[in-house]
Amino acid sequence: MSSRETVLSALRRASARAVPRPEDPEPTRFDDPVSHFLEMVKAVGGAASRVRDMAALDAELASLPAWAQAKKAVSLVPGAGRSSLDLASVADPHELEGLDTAVIAGEVAVAENGAVWVPGRNLGPHRAVFVIAEHLVLVVPAVAVVSSMQEAYARIEIERPGYGLFISGPSKTADIEQALVVGAHGARSCTVFVVG
Amino acid sequence: MPRVGLFIPCYVDQFYPEVGLATYRILRRLGAEVEFPEDQTCCGQPMYNSGCAEDARPLAERFLRVFAGYDHVVAPSGSCVSMVRLHFRDLLGDRADLRDVAARTYELCEYLVDVAGIRHVDGEFQGKVGLHRSCHGLRELRLGRSSERMDPPLDKAGRLLSQMRGLELVALERPDECCGFGGTFAVNEEAVSCLMGKDRIADHEKAGAEVIAGYDMSCLMHLDGLLRRERKPIRVMHVAQILEKASLAP
Amino acid sequence: MKASHAERAAAFASDVPHARWHDTALWFVRVKRDRAAASVPEWERLRDTASGIKAHTLSRLADYLEEFEANARKNGIQVHWARDGAEHNRIVGEILERRGVKLVAKSKSMLTEECGLNPYLEARGIEVVDTDLGERIVQLAGEPPSHIVMPAIHRKKEEIGELFHEKLGTPAGLSDPKTLTEAARQHLRRKFLGAQAGLTGVNFAIAETGGIVVVTNEGNADMGTSLPPLHVASMGVEKVIPRARDLGVFLRVLARSATGQPVSTYTTHFHGPIRGGEMHVVVVDNGRSDILARENFRRSLSCIRCGACLNTCPVYRRSGGYSYSYLIPGPIGSVLGAQRDARAHGSLPFASSLCGSCSDVCPVKIDLHHELLALREDIAARGILPFGKRVAMRFGSFVLRHPALYRAAGRAARFVLRAFPSAARLGPGGAWARQRELPAAPPRSFRDLFRAASREERP
Repeated sequence: MSSRETVLSALRRASARAVPRPEDPEPTRFDDPVSHFLEMVKAVGGAASRVRDMAALDAELASLPAWAQAKKAVSLVPGAGRSSLDLASVADPHELEGLDTAVIAGEVAVAENGAVWVPGRNLGPHRAVFVIAEHLVLVVPAVAVVSSMQEAYARIEIERPGYGLFISGPSKTADIEQALVVGAHGARSCTVFVVG
Repeated sequence: MPRVGLFIPCYVDQFYPEVGLATYRILRRLGAEVEFPEDQTCCGQPMYNSGCAEDARPLAERFLRVFAGYDHVVAPSGSCVSMVRLHFRDLLGDRADLRDVAARTYELCEYLVDVAGIRHVDGEFQGKVGLHRSCHGLRELRLGRSSERMDPPLDKAGRLLSQMRGLELVALERPDECCGFGGTFAVNEEAVSCLMGKDRIADHEKAGAEVIAGYDMSCLMHLDGLLRRERKPIRVMHVAQILEKASLAP
Repeated sequence: MKASHAERAAAFASDVPHARWHDTALWFVRVKRDRAAASVPEWERLRDTASGIKAHTLSRLADYLEEFEANARKNGIQVHWARDGAEHNRIVGEILERRGVKLVAKSKSMLTEECGLNPYLEARGIEVVDTDLGERIVQLAGEPPSHIVMPAIHRKKEEIGELFHEKLGTPAGLSDPKTLTEAARQHLRRKFLGAQAGLTGVNFAIAETGGIVVVTNEGNADMGTSLPPLHVASMGVEKVIPRARDLGVFLRVLARSATGQPVSTYTTHFHGPIRGGEMHVVVVDNGRSDILARENFRRSLSCIRCGACLNTCPVYRRSGGYSYSYLIPGPIGSVLGAQRDARAHGSLPFASSLCGSCSDVCPVKIDLHHELLALREDIAARGILPFGKRVAMRFGSFVLRHPALYRAAGRAARFVLRAFPSAARLGPGGAWARQRELPAAPPRSFRDLFRAASREERP
């Protein structure tokens, strides 16, 4: 018998009667999810603000030090800044080492925890772009802000095959005496713009 | 008038008889007909907690025989009552006599609040009291809300004590951390047990407690042992001893 | 049997300032967890649901694993099956060796620890770098993790500074966490860039979509798997969940229970390899089907490895991870270890006062303290209890079945306590009396007094 058959048959022998799946509880809904979201991004170590439209976003970006002072930067959001690095010309993700800033579009934002859902197709040719960049900027439409993870999963589409992740604030660790330090391996800063 | 069987844990019987007497007097004052069946000895918890189910089983059977036929069975101990209500079933299976007796077995504070419906406590006790919320009573019998759970507020022992004139319940930093008694744990893991107990005492000291009160004499015996070795002035008292002279009304 | 918990814990607890420092550090995490839980009005309903989803899944585990495998294959993920740790290591080793991998970037996986993967690969000339900061610290120190979420919680920052000076060449005397973390970032960035494969664990495997979810705060799993063209993920059979929407429940309780954060920084859903790359998932049994077969203990497979039970355990806080003979310490470790090997880990179910705090914080409502109690019965039934204990319980039960004997024994004990207090310190009395006074022995028991009182009362 193959290992697969051995394992599966051992599991089948071990399982007793079926237990039904429970109902999901009704999640909290905030009256003003966008305000709550902006607060939570700050609470998880990021920066966040709301802008009226893409033109306003472009202006904000121009004065954001993480963008303005970047030597190597990419924007994967049409209308938000101009890349100084052409991702299409990067054959190997290792070449992204030294990338200062990446601007990436999120599809759903979660108020309860400041998280932004970024599907793989928004990352361009190399997934590594969001984690190897020193600074991260995320852009989400205001209408895409929901209250809870339960609501978020009702909205997101998981690429199959593919990739996607929730990003909540910058990379961090508390492994040394529980002192919170930002910028463990990934982005040292995470700025979220909610548009609309 | 309900017929109440008084269940006195073995260590209370031997070392803290005044707690048994206080419990008896409180129940009498409620108007119950209180009997102390002399044949009782032990609920079997020490054996059960050591994994020796074979040794615990006959004691559980005895308990059911000794306490059959009472309207209620009341004990000044959360841990013994949790043994009866939660674990007799593990030992003996689902049986009518078990269901009958177990359902009628109560710890003193829950008996006062839930069965006797006591809402008003009229009595005096001068002093700052730290309430030790013993684990079995708290997390098995749900005598109060445990700090881990996000439940509505509940504190059966506290609401009785706090009504005593002159009694100030002090606020602890860790309101329901275990004292470290844990039965044979107190002896088998002596070092951790005593460190836990000392930390509890330090919490009560910091809060200004003059008395550590509780509904389980086993925990208090362990804390008292530490207090007296360190010659600290804090006393331990069972809640029955504090409520003994109060008048209790629905 | 390895050195018992009681022995090692006594050594740890004897350094009272250190034990209190460790206790305070972990209590702090428990407090953060409480605050986070209090901020979610439906917290207890979420726990009920998370518990229910796991119980449902465990009752149909094989079906969900087959569904996961079929969907994963459609996503271009290769799925392998391992009966035990040795087979897991062989499979992972072959995948790496076939592609000439010499350096692996690994993110946290207790399963790979359980299987002993690192030493296996190192013996084959493959360097394994643990990239989670806490894991890297203990790896450099040559010690196992002392906590499943915060592996280096037992280490002070000055010690880490010394360690980095010795192993990474950082200046001597560093202790600022920011500076040390920056040094680790630079050091590990070079490893990430040089690695030919990324190894991860699996927090959740989604049957419905055929993907896996890996959760980190640092981004090390993402860095490790987005640069090299090979990703190998190791999962225990119990990690599968039915549908993506189930994550909506689990992710609301996981980080809050673990660290008090509302969610971890990166929650990555891998549904296939990177462009031009390969992705493998190794599904491992290694004794889990045995646990599943035992009705009293199968719920321990619901564990989502949050570590909340460790943080809340007053015994773990004062004895530290190394007092436990099993690779996972604390309540869940004691439950899993004693099931895996009752003889080697027989002291662990007794390393507990049964306070029940663990069961009340567990986000999937594993009845941990009752499982510990049931394991004690298991250990006794296998004849592994120390002889003295068995005899004491047998004798005690006999005395307590005979009221006259019990009364006599009680009188005798009180007499000895009063007349010969030093004799009372023999045996268990000795262990009691090391730091505590024995209880005062009244001349009359309750039943003596009651008998006298009732004679007065009744005509």
